[in-house]
Amino acid sequence: MSLSLSDIARLAKLAQLDLSEQQAADTLAKLNDIFALVEQMKAVDTSNVEPLAHPVAVWRDDLAIPLRDDHVTEANHRDDYQQPAPSVQDGLYLVPKVIE
Amino acid sequence: MQTLKQLSTLLKSRQRSATELAQSYLDRIASSDLNAFISVNPEQTLAQAKQADAVLARGDGGDLTGVPIAHKDIFVTRGWPSTAGSKMLSGYNSPFDASVVEQFRAAGMVTLGKLNCDEFAMGSSNENSFFGPVKNPWDKQAVPGGSSGGSGAAVAGGLTPAATGTDTGGSIRQPAALCGITGIKPTYGRVSRYGMIAFASSLDQSGPMAWTAEDCALMLSAMTAHDPRDATCIERDPEDFSRHLADSIKGLRIGIPKEYFGDGLADDVRSAIETALQTFEQLGATRVEVSLPKTSLSIPAYYVIAPAEASSNLSRFDGVRYGHRAENYTDLGDMYRKSRAEGFGDEVKRRILIGTYVLSHGYYDAYYPAAQKIRRLIAQDFQQAFANCDVIMGPVAPSVAWDLGARVNDPVANYLADIYTLSTSLAGLPGMSIPCGFGQGEKNSRRPVGLQLIGNYFGEAKLLNVAHQFQLATDWHTRRPSS
Repeated sequence: MSLSLSDIARLAKLAQLDLSEQQAADTLAKLNDIFALVEQMKAVDTSNVEPLAHPVAVWRDDLAIPLRDDHVTEANHRDDYQQPAPSVQDGLYLVPKVIE
Repeated sequence: MQTLKQLSTLLKSRQRSATELAQSYLDRIASSDLNAFISVNPEQTLAQAKQADAVLARGDGGDLTGVPIAHKDIFVTRGWPSTAGSKMLSGYNSPFDASVVEQFRAAGMVTLGKLNCDEFAMGSSNENSFFGPVKNPWDKQAVPGGSSGGSGAAVAGGLTPAATGTDTGGSIRQPAALCGITGIKPTYGRVSRYGMIAFASSLDQSGPMAWTAEDCALMLSAMTAHDPRDATCIERDPEDFSRHLADSIKGLRIGIPKEYFGDGLADDVRSAIETALQTFEQLGATRVEVSLPKTSLSIPAYYVIAPAEASSNLSRFDGVRYGHRAENYTDLGDMYRKSRAEGFGDEVKRRILIGTYVLSHGYYDAYYPAAQKIRRLIAQDFQQAFANCDVIMGPVAPSVAWDLGARVNDPVANYLADIYTLSTSLAGLPGMSIPCGFGQGEKNSRRPVGLQLIGNYFGEAKLLNVAHQFQLATDWHTRRPSS
């Protein structure tokens, strides 16, 4: 498998990243090297293997996602959380106009 | 350069005050040229030290009260900016403390500042930091390893007696090895990830880095409280990780995976590891050959899983709620794309693109679940190996530290160097690095070698016991860099 420049452009768009043509060309070569490495994975037959998400589940099969009671645990921290925001007004995050 | 344990004794007996101690470390940091710290805040540090002195004066201090610590800049902290080594979070002030930071504060430790690291913990030489590379105190031409390179260098350089690190594919063990100190990555789920800026959530785990196993045991005992704010944090009874340190290791079965001693291993590292294994035999341990046949597959599996999870985690950086926002843009989409392009470095962008590809429509099945299946096979190999041994040992890295700049343009070379640490991370097992010698030759003889110890799930106390017994019999952990 080998990626093309148009693949890089598509990925950059999906990932919301601006890439210059020069950056895209540099990235292409490096990504193809990395994918050459990743392709080694295909050498193994894993058709009867279950995917493993939480690694400790290999050892403890009773591992479940913990549940808690359904009640409010977080106090209101809006002012604290908006402190590091680039632009806020009246408790709202400001972004460029989306709807004309 | 004293160990955490030695400092703890001096503090408890009131021979040194926490304030004096904090000031002496702040002075060393200020005059250091290692670039190990991203930020310090002497006023905050001294205020914490003053509180610790008050606790010590009342006779209420614990083992860690007043002992200085520095945090990898992946942990969010109040009072110091939290940057993840990225321009994206340059100057970011967190409104809360990470769980680990909170626990060490509750134990009375005094925060010296935030440590340099590869951007979002992606890298193995600390050269991917927006805040510049870190020098290895043993040889300032060499990398300190990564991604917890600032942590490794700060401990080895005497800028802090204790540091936190995070390990996703080897980021505690490899810099500990390259900087000649001791570090342990606990079992996945042992330590809360709350407030640890996320890289790959199914792999990330934090742990202590210090001079000795004894020090790491004290730290680990203070950082493993169950935390419901991290749903992957596994609830267990509190543990004193120092409780087995003194146990004899007579009869210990050491598994030697033949795959860890193949062609890629440098001769000088091989020879230091062999000498260490002979020391263990003199202590009454025996060697058992084991096999971890899927070791080479850990690289492709890791470089699918980690970038996939990273691309998802890093989608939160959009220039709206926190982090870098571009100055000029035409609309919302343009603002996202420019802010992200300006805020992230090259390696982070590469991993986001890889992750985006492997998670994208039409490719997902061929990559992410396929890598998770290999992950299971790798974890099963370890369980088979542990049927015949108590602990697994081998090298941490294929070579000693390399020269700064030598591999910056070759990501694949860096990825391949993670071969001995990735599989432990994929399996979620605890792994440790302890100093066991130096390389050979004019250059390498100044650069440390680390021995890797891998235990079974939740076997940290056993690993620390084995490491401590080695450190009672050897003096590698007492060596210090000359300057």
